[in-house]
Amino acid sequence: MSARKEIVARFAGEGGQGVVTAAEFLARAAVAVGYHALTFATFPSQILGGPTWTQARISKDPIFSPGDDVDILVAFNDYAYNEHRGEVREGGVILIDPTVTPDAADASHRTIVVPFDELAKKTGEARAANMVMMGALSRLMNTNLNYFKEFVATRFAGREQVIVANHQALDLGFAHMAEEAPIGDLGTPNKPGYKQSFIKGNEAISLGALAAGLDFYIGYPISPATPILIYMERNLIGEGKFAYQASSEIEAINAILGAGFAGKRAMTATSGPGFTLMGEGLGLGWMAEIPCVVVDVQRGGPATGLPTKTEQSDLLTALSPAHGDSKFPVIAPGSVQECYDAGMWAVNWAERYQGPVIVLSEMSLAERAQNIAKPGVTKAHQEQRLVYTGSNGYLRYDAWERSPMPLPGGPGAYVANGSEHDSYGDTTHLPQRHVQMTTRRFSKLKLIEDGTFEQEHASAKVALVSWGGSKGPSWDAYRALRGDGADLAWYYTMFLNPMPPKMLEALLQKDLVIVPELNYQGQFASYLRSMGVNARAITQYTGLPFKVRELTKMIKDTMGAGRTKSQAVKA
Amino acid sequence: MSAKNPEYDFKWCPGCGDFGVRRAVEFALADWSQETKTPMSNNVVVAGIGCSGNLVHLLEGEQPFGFHGIHGRSLPIALGVKMARPELNVLTVAGDGDFLSIGMEHIAPQAARNLNITAVIMDNGVYGLTKGQSSPTTELGKVTSSTPFGKMETPVNPLELYLTLGVSFIASGYSVKPRDLAKLITAGMKHPGFAIVHVASPCTTYNDFYDALKGNKAEGRAPTAWEVPADHDAGDRDAAYKLIRKGGVPLGLLYKDTSRTSLDAKIRDIGTKAKPKTVAALMDAYDI
Repeated sequence: MSARKEIVARFAGEGGQGVVTAAEFLARAAVAVGYHALTFATFPSQILGGPTWTQARISKDPIFSPGDDVDILVAFNDYAYNEHRGEVREGGVILIDPTVTPDAADASHRTIVVPFDELAKKTGEARAANMVMMGALSRLMNTNLNYFKEFVATRFAGREQVIVANHQALDLGFAHMAEEAPIGDLGTPNKPGYKQSFIKGNEAISLGALAAGLDFYIGYPISPATPILIYMERNLIGEGKFAYQASSEIEAINAILGAGFAGKRAMTATSGPGFTLMGEGLGLGWMAEIPCVVVDVQRGGPATGLPTKTEQSDLLTALSPAHGDSKFPVIAPGSVQECYDAGMWAVNWAERYQGPVIVLSEMSLAERAQNIAKPGVTKAHQEQRLVYTGSNGYLRYDAWERSPMPLPGGPGAYVANGSEHDSYGDTTHLPQRHVQMTTRRFSKLKLIEDGTFEQEHASAKVALVSWGGSKGPSWDAYRALRGDGADLAWYYTMFLNPMPPKMLEALLQKDLVIVPELNYQGQFASYLRSMGVNARAITQYTGLPFKVRELTKMIKDTMGAGRTKSQAVKA
Repeated sequence: MSAKNPEYDFKWCPGCGDFGVRRAVEFALADWSQETKTPMSNNVVVAGIGCSGNLVHLLEGEQPFGFHGIHGRSLPIALGVKMARPELNVLTVAGDGDFLSIGMEHIAPQAARNLNITAVIMDNGVYGLTKGQSSPTTELGKVTSSTPFGKMETPVNPLELYLTLGVSFIASGYSVKPRDLAKLITAGMKHPGFAIVHVASPCTTYNDFYDALKGNKAEGRAPTAWEVPADHDAGDRDAAYKLIRKGGVPLGLLYKDTSRTSLDAKIRDIGTKAKPKTVAALMDAYDI
């Protein structure tokens, strides 16, 4: 096992037992000393209690997905022990609280009782149970206990008593496992030469948008988008800034349209049900040409669906959230780093093309904490809207393409109109006007075709193309397949509409494009087919991300199934 | 703008009350600009959808900025405009269907926040643009295109509703005398909080109540419109309830509470008290 330079540790118990903080602490400590780490969490849809689990994957090398196999399970109660034991790999370790009754017949795992609370009490700091656990894990992972000690010393700097107690707890946990053989070996970490941030997806989107100059935020609470509202209300303050809790998603979308009209960079964030409520307002934004950003942090749907599980099933809604002839710009980040980038790009795209931009994130990214290269923040990241500065009598919608936008208080008063309008903004029903305005609105998408994309082994005739949060597992599967000599290309972009033209061009040349995604219908594959790409989806709809091993097999099977032009449609 | 615009093909019916409301809004905007020495471009008129919403296209003279949005959502759009740019004067115009049926959910939050805007509601007691369906203010038992056996719902009393929801400035008027109405609208603009000017604006096609407003002595019908007594204390909430419950169409200021701070003032206060961090500093919080 020592060849594996990574460890997946899962913590399972009741909500409120410190399950969440354990995985985050482990990941944070690991990153601090130079490892790469990524957390994955799923929550019960209740405030206190209920089965909760989180896991941290730690590696010497960069990681992209939550990890298939659990090496170490920490189970805080019988339910957690029984529920998660099956996912611990052969030879894995299960640490249990003394209250848990283990299965004596389990020969495939090492089960070790650790009296977390009792040992913690010895330090005089009852809350140090998590640190006892870290000490035990340190021994199991064969990492230097000093790494954790240094992290504790930095984190609690100035609070000597806390540091002493936590150091003692680490020692006690480590000593308790003294007789146990390590489960693997993470090796010596390579601390990168650049600065890093340890951050979650929702916070990264918020900061990306702020870096692009966001002025105005309003949102209605909904899982898993609420942390963006909380973040903005605390931080988007000061002269000319506004962050506020809306009375509904309908209010939120219309308010950001008002703010965008008035000249501000405005954003709201929601999840599927709220996003649907915003449909009419988004249509108004498209029609009246108002810059704004809407973040949809996807969860399982429809209706209330699976509010605390992950799914990628809002893509078709995001592309066409409104009625009528419209197709919205959609940016779907595939990692925590890309969440930051997406927040920034979305604000800038909205300012540039003068219309709404959708950021399509998802639960698994929103709650994922990960180390990323620390983004630099400069004014250069803020695009300026084309604002009208001439004299009165301006015809705001006269051109067949984007034109300068007048702002209240300045010259060029007009009516921003959700009805089809003439060049001034007054309602009209003339056929030639509808032709002009429809052409104008779609032509503006050409201004935002500058999204970037990734490609590998482009000569292959079969390509793997994933999107959003399925990027990580797909990339891991891709590398495994290429390692086995598969003739498979890789294409990826977070810019789903407009898709970078060069990438679309390349995909149109492929015999087959295989699309792993988390929904029943194969929504991205169907979108690609609508543009002429021979795409076939690999779908999963469990509320959980792909496991790399299973996905690798599915891709292999799909490649072997031949390159037929037809696709069996399930629904 | 649209008076001389050949492409604009919407027309109010002859005699529509909304003509008078439009004149009143023109007077009020001009008076406001003159009194505050601000350019007309500092005014934003947010319109709902319905006959009333077309007011934004029919204004004559120097043009304010306009936003003709979607049905029922004039208040949320106005919230965005006002909180983005508190220095702007924001006016919304909407009808009884738009404001009190589909859009009713938005009144309470703006009242609670005391959003500093002025809403002018044109109440004709009917959906005009969709050709005569019943609205929340259509009287009980009235036969309309959507109530073939008479309206079954008790009509809402908008003024009482506003008072209950905590709207901090409530005036009532009619479209017949634009100069008088303009004074109420200007007073609403000056009020540092959420102001509603509710206007009886008859629909000559589907619900013509001009005669009712004026009354008919020969037939023994008293006018439904009546002047708010000069000695009414607009700061007295209970007195406002009593007046409103007299029924009919009061003309004048019913309620005004100047003790409450408006939302923009509160937000400005946060901005001066809290110390905003730069984005770079916010990013530093995630250093590891």
